[in-house]
Amino acid sequence: MVRFLGDVLPELTLALGAIAIIFVALFTPRRFQAWIGAFAVAILAAAGFFAGQDLAGPSRLTFFDTLAIDGVGRWATLVLIVVTIFTVALSVEWFRSDARHGEYYAILLFGTLGAVLLAGASSLMEFIVAMLLSSVTGFTLAAFHRRSRNSSEAGMKYFLLGALANGTALYGVGFLFGLGGTTTLTGLRTGLVGADPLALIVGFGLVMIGVAFKLGAVPVHPWVPDVAEGAPAPVAPFLMIVGKVGAFVFLARLVMVIPDTALGWRPLTAILAAATMTLGNLAALWQTDVRRLLGWSAVSQAGYGLLAIVALGRSDLAIPSLLMFLVAYALATLAVFGVVVQLRGLTDRESYRGLAGPHPWLAAALAIGFLSFVGIPPLGGFAAKLLLMGAVIDAGYTWLAVVTVINSVISLFYYLRIIAPAYVDKHLAAQPVLDWRSGATVVVTAAGVILVGVIAQPLIGAWQLVHLLPG
Amino acid sequence: MLSIAIFLPVIAAAALLGFPKDRPQLARWTAVAVSLVPLGIIIAAWTMFKGGPGFELVESAPWITSIGVTYQVGVDGLSLPLLAMTALLFTLSMVFPADLRGKARQYYAAFLFLETASLGLFFALDLILFFVFFDLSLVGMYFLIAIWGHGDAQRSALKFFLYTLVGSLALLLGILGIYLNTSPRTFDMIEIIRTQPLPAAGLASTLIFWAIAIGFAIKAPLVPFHTWLPPAHVDAPAPASTILAGVLLKMGTYGFIRVLLQMMPGTFDRFALPLGIIAVVSIVYGALVAMAQTNLKRLIAYTSVNHMGYVILGVSVGAAFVGSDAARSLALTGATVEMVAHGLITGSMFLLSGSILARGHTYEMGEFGGLASRAPALTGAMMLAAFASLGLPGLAGFVAEFQIFAGTLGVFPWLAAIGLLGIVVTAALFLRMLQQVFLGPLPERWTGWTDLGWSEMVALTPALVLVVVIGVAPAWLVNVVNAFSRAVVGG
Repeated sequence: MVRFLGDVLPELTLALGAIAIIFVALFTPRRFQAWIGAFAVAILAAAGFFAGQDLAGPSRLTFFDTLAIDGVGRWATLVLIVVTIFTVALSVEWFRSDARHGEYYAILLFGTLGAVLLAGASSLMEFIVAMLLSSVTGFTLAAFHRRSRNSSEAGMKYFLLGALANGTALYGVGFLFGLGGTTTLTGLRTGLVGADPLALIVGFGLVMIGVAFKLGAVPVHPWVPDVAEGAPAPVAPFLMIVGKVGAFVFLARLVMVIPDTALGWRPLTAILAAATMTLGNLAALWQTDVRRLLGWSAVSQAGYGLLAIVALGRSDLAIPSLLMFLVAYALATLAVFGVVVQLRGLTDRESYRGLAGPHPWLAAALAIGFLSFVGIPPLGGFAAKLLLMGAVIDAGYTWLAVVTVINSVISLFYYLRIIAPAYVDKHLAAQPVLDWRSGATVVVTAAGVILVGVIAQPLIGAWQLVHLLPG
Repeated sequence: MLSIAIFLPVIAAAALLGFPKDRPQLARWTAVAVSLVPLGIIIAAWTMFKGGPGFELVESAPWITSIGVTYQVGVDGLSLPLLAMTALLFTLSMVFPADLRGKARQYYAAFLFLETASLGLFFALDLILFFVFFDLSLVGMYFLIAIWGHGDAQRSALKFFLYTLVGSLALLLGILGIYLNTSPRTFDMIEIIRTQPLPAAGLASTLIFWAIAIGFAIKAPLVPFHTWLPPAHVDAPAPASTILAGVLLKMGTYGFIRVLLQMMPGTFDRFALPLGIIAVVSIVYGALVAMAQTNLKRLIAYTSVNHMGYVILGVSVGAAFVGSDAARSLALTGATVEMVAHGLITGSMFLLSGSILARGHTYEMGEFGGLASRAPALTGAMMLAAFASLGLPGLAGFVAEFQIFAGTLGVFPWLAAIGLLGIVVTAALFLRMLQQVFLGPLPERWTGWTDLGWSEMVALTPALVLVVVIGVAPAWLVNVVNAFSRAVVGG
């Protein structure tokens, strides 16, 4: 057992770090607890360093084939760590007066750990464990402002839906275990060959419910707008992003071991993608609450990401497109929610009128993030959509690319409902801003959105070589 | 060198945002000075241009090499005239006075940003690079209309953005289709034109062709995809209308030639006649609807639909594998010259409509009359532009339209016959417009009407002089374009 520990240094660092934070928080006076944020960043940086080391090493399965250490998983880990670092930056000032400021970081790190494990899971049981760790911390974070009605309600809805989805996924795991005789993905790859196609698709569908919950995809998406609106503002982007990163990578591993039959996972995923993006966009159209709108937009984005899964195994663009999507989505989401945080949680659409006057940087970041979601070049979201649509057309799913195009146009409409008044209308009064940390997060992530779009080559070049185990 | 022409404006745009707030004239003349650089570079490129069949002065750098995207720019006989026209129109539009709404820096920054996008598009020799500039032009124009427009500007800007985004995304699908058919996969336009990866027949080619054709048809715009154009024009500030009509519409027609005709000529041949018919519908419909307008700017906007119809007709004739090569290359040359001529002519007309709005606060032609007595320069300029637009011999529009119709007669004679109706209607509607606005008795309220100011004169003169020069001595322009047309269609 001990000989495996070297394989999981990033995970170990996160786990031990989170435990350490709990102890530190217990014995630290509240006025010093902002420093725990810096401590958390140090832990994350260390974990990121170890994950970076793995990028050069060989891909391998470890802990009796239950965890995959491969390029895709480690890239996802790096994305998760960066997202968490930015979340910490958004949180320090926001939670300064919170009685449980120190513990907050421990929960945050456990949440990151859950998503990292999800991205590395190569066994159905590991998947369940990672799902539960990621979900339970998520529920807690969503409801962290326990005196706020919105926050408690968001946590409650998130929890109820999560319990249902996790239970369903567990049921599906049982199904696949019954069909394949094992829970490791390597075992299922041979075990599921020749299984009854109908039973297979039912088992996969049930597991998919759990995955879709983490992705924020149809039909278990309703928590997303509620959490986006009700959760503490710095936590909202974290919850929108980390679940997606972990679950997309696990889903990619899973579908590669499910036999690709006519009535198989590929058409099912394609339909789910189309439904998710369309529903998310239509629901976002007339939202007057910016955070709810962002929530629905996050649902539609989950649909775009599913394009990469549909193309897996049929196009070499699938894996680069998935990673590019995750990076661009994470950066843009942090940028736009960062604006909300910097404006102290301002959420009414009307309050964003004339934002460009007193706050040109925030307005620019909002516009960059939104235009990246639409897929306007040369932003990161464009590179992602280019690769995603190229991948699905390559895989023979041209209709799905057409649906994506129609959806992109619809989405432009509601994003412009925020951007246009921000630039065109006369500004009311300058809004108070939070602090330099969240301001810096906004600027850095918005610049990142531009950067990954303009200089995509090093990233795409690296992603074309990465492995996905078992794949 | 070409890259400096592309990126200098956007760099200057960023710098402009740091300028002092209360110096609008400083921002204006800085922007004008900056825009002279690309103009100079393009004129220099013209003098260096050898007139061969291929691309010249190519600059290339690796970009996203792992999926076959390169940064690659260059010029040929098709892009060079359009680039010169684009650079000139940007300078003139920024010289022209505008209602800045206290946001001078942002206004001129938006113009310079748009200039980078427009020049980059015509320079681009990589499909992704082309698409990037195509989409950036939407963003730039959106903000120009939404922030500095009048009337229901936000709604018009939104409509413009949504419609043309549909087109650009259809175009993106088509570009991906071409890409997936190349081997090794590349977006390099020179390489795609050389290797011709798509077969003439087949479902894939047909779908790709129509995805791209619809994308460009919306941008051009061709009936029935033109409905975004009138509101966008009417509510846009006059200099932005000039760029929209003069430059942005050309992106669509340029794409028809550069992408569809050059990269998939076999497929274009199959659809040349249907597209020619749509073009003729655009010609006649655009002219008739323009005739029915009482709003000056809407009238000019609809004549753009009509004129873009001429262009697409010329391109379709050039693409059809019937008739003589000489006729086809004549039509294609005419289409290209028409793009330049329309940019100069309609660009000037939109500037003039801006002058009228600034003085009269309305575009309703019924409100005016007899302005000729008060404003001879304004009247003269509008008359010259209108006569050029309706195709009077000796002016730029005639050179272009003559070549298009002469070429069409050799290939689709009955289409040419119907299309000529458009010229008749255009003549009638322009004469009526001139009569309504400038002739007849002067209403009491316009007795204080002032003539064009000096900066308006400075902005209009180069464009109108060129309209005459091209009309009288077109050889310098036509020869450059001819080298290209012959190389594409033979003859």
